[in-house]
Amino acid sequence: MRNSKLVTLEEAIRKSGLKDGMTISFHHHFRGGDKVVNMVVAKLAEMGFKNLHLAASSLSDVHAPLIEHIKNGVITKISTSGLRGELANEISHGLMKEPVIFRSHGGRGSAIATGDLHIDVAFLGASSADELGNACGYSRSENAKSICGSLGYALPDARYADHVVVITDDLVAYPNVPKSISAADVESVVVVDSVGDSSKISAGAIRDSKNPRDILLAKTAAKVVINSGYFEDGFSIQTGTGGASLAVVKYIRESMLEKGIKASFALGGITAHMVKLHEEGLIGRLIDVQSFDKVAAESIKNDPFHQEVSAVEYASGVHQGSAVHALDIVILSALEVDVNFNVNVLVGSDGIIRGAIGGHQDTAADSALSIIVCPLLRGRIPCVVPKVTTLITPGKSVDVVVTEYGIAVNPGRPEVAERLKAAGLKVVDIHDLAAKATSIIGTPDALPFGDKVVGIVYNRDGKVLDEIKNIVE
Amino acid sequence: MEVKNAVAGTLESGDIMVQIGPGKAGAGLVVDLESSVAAQFGKQIRALITDTLKDLGIDNAEVKATDKGALDCTIRARVTAAAVRATGKDVWK
Repeated sequence: MRNSKLVTLEEAIRKSGLKDGMTISFHHHFRGGDKVVNMVVAKLAEMGFKNLHLAASSLSDVHAPLIEHIKNGVITKISTSGLRGELANEISHGLMKEPVIFRSHGGRGSAIATGDLHIDVAFLGASSADELGNACGYSRSENAKSICGSLGYALPDARYADHVVVITDDLVAYPNVPKSISAADVESVVVVDSVGDSSKISAGAIRDSKNPRDILLAKTAAKVVINSGYFEDGFSIQTGTGGASLAVVKYIRESMLEKGIKASFALGGITAHMVKLHEEGLIGRLIDVQSFDKVAAESIKNDPFHQEVSAVEYASGVHQGSAVHALDIVILSALEVDVNFNVNVLVGSDGIIRGAIGGHQDTAADSALSIIVCPLLRGRIPCVVPKVTTLITPGKSVDVVVTEYGIAVNPGRPEVAERLKAAGLKVVDIHDLAAKATSIIGTPDALPFGDKVVGIVYNRDGKVLDEIKNIVE
Repeated sequence: MEVKNAVAGTLESGDIMVQIGPGKAGAGLVVDLESSVAAQFGKQIRALITDTLKDLGIDNAEVKATDKGALDCTIRARVTAAAVRATGKDVWK
C-alpha cells in the first residue's frame, strides 16, 4: 500500500537511528512465551551494537540468552519490573557492572511519561498490525498466530519513545481497528514468523491452585474482604498473581450472589475468573493492563466493556486519574512480609532475584484496602519474618496479612481489625506470626551477601527504596 | 554398630532423602548435605542429622542427604527410618 512502513528487522533498526549507548524497550505481554526480546537483541548483537540499555516492562526465564549478550557487552544496563530464571540467578551473582533498575508497572509508566526513563527505540510485539502500524494484542484475521490480549505495558513506550518499531506475526489489511497501538506513533512495521507462544502467557507466576493450604488461605482472604467494610454494592477489586490470591475471587463470588452485591470494576491483570464474573453480570467493567490468560485475552478482543488501559492509566502515582486511585480492595501475594508490614516480592530468601514488583507498590499504596495473602512457611522458608530481605512495598501501604495461622492487621488500621474480630475471624499480632515461624524452623543464618550492588529498587515515586547486593556461594 | 546401605525419604518439596552407608574406619559420621535452604539452615540441618544418628547409637557412617526444605520433624523421621533400615535395629518397638 502507499506509505507502507513495512521493512525487515534489520532495516527497521537502521532506520531508527539507534546508536551504541541508547535505550531500547520491550513489553512482556507474552510472559514466558515472549520471542521478541531474544530475536531483536540477537539481531542487534549481529549488527555490532554495544552498550545498550534494555528497558523492558519485565523479563523472565525465557530471556536467559541475554546472559551472553551481557557478557559480550551488547547489553550493559537493564531496567525492568522483574527477573526470573537463569538470567536472574547470574545477575544476582554479579554478572553486570551496572545494577539493574527495578520499577513497578505504574512507576515505569510514569517514569516514561515524565522523561525519567527516556526510550530511544521501542520494539513492540503485536499479534496483529497493518502496514501503517495500527497494532493489537490479538488478531481478527483467519491467519492469527498469537494472542496476548491487552498491550497496556507497551502503550507508554508507543506514545513516548522517539522511534517505535511494531513487530507482528499477522500482517492484516489496513485499517486494523479497533487498535491498541496507533499508527500515528509507529515508524516501522516488521513481520516475523512468531512474536510469542500464547500458551505460555499464563505460565510463570500464575497458577490455579489445588493445594489445600492455598484454598484455606483463599477462603480466609475472602472472609476478610467480605467483612472488611469495603464489600458493598459498587465495590472494586484487583487480585495479584499467586495461587491463593487468584483463587479468592471464586469464594467472593459466592458471597456476591448470596448478598446481591455487584462490583463496579475489576482492575489489573485480568484472569479467566474475573471474565466469568463479568459475563455473569457480577462485575460491571474489566480494566485490563495485562491479560493473565487466554480467556482474558479473547475477552478483551470481543467485549467492549473489557477495556485495555496503559500502565500510566492503570497505576501511575504521578497521574491523579490513574485507575488505582479508584480501587477499593487489592489482594496480593508476597515472598516475605515483616513485622512492620513491609513486603518483599522480588528477592528470594536465598538472596537470589526471583520475582517482579509488578503493580504491588502501586495498588497497595492507592487502594482503600490492601490484603497480602501468604503461607507462614514455604517448606522451610519463612514468609513472615523479622525484616524483609529486600524492601519492595513499604509497610505503611499494607493493611492486612492473611496466613493459615491467623490474620494480622496493620496497627494503622484499627477499624479494620475491629470489623474482622467482630466477624469472628482470628486476628493476631504480626510479631506472634513471625515468632511462630521461628519456633518451627529455627533462626536462619544470615545470607552470604557480597559488597556489589546488583539491583536498585525504586519506589513508584522515583525514590530509591532499597539495594540488592550480590550473593556469594 | 554395623551399618548397611539404606535410604529413606523422597525428593519431593518439603521432604529430605537420606542415604546411609558404612563409614570408613575411624572417620566418624560424615554428612554430605545438599539443601535448597543450605545458606540459611545448612548448619542446623547437619547438626540435627548428626545428633539423631548419635542418639540411635550410630557414630560411624557416611550420610548423603538431599534436602528440599524439610522441617526438623521430617528430617528426624527420615534419618531415623534410614538408620533403622541400615542397622536392622527397630527403635520404635
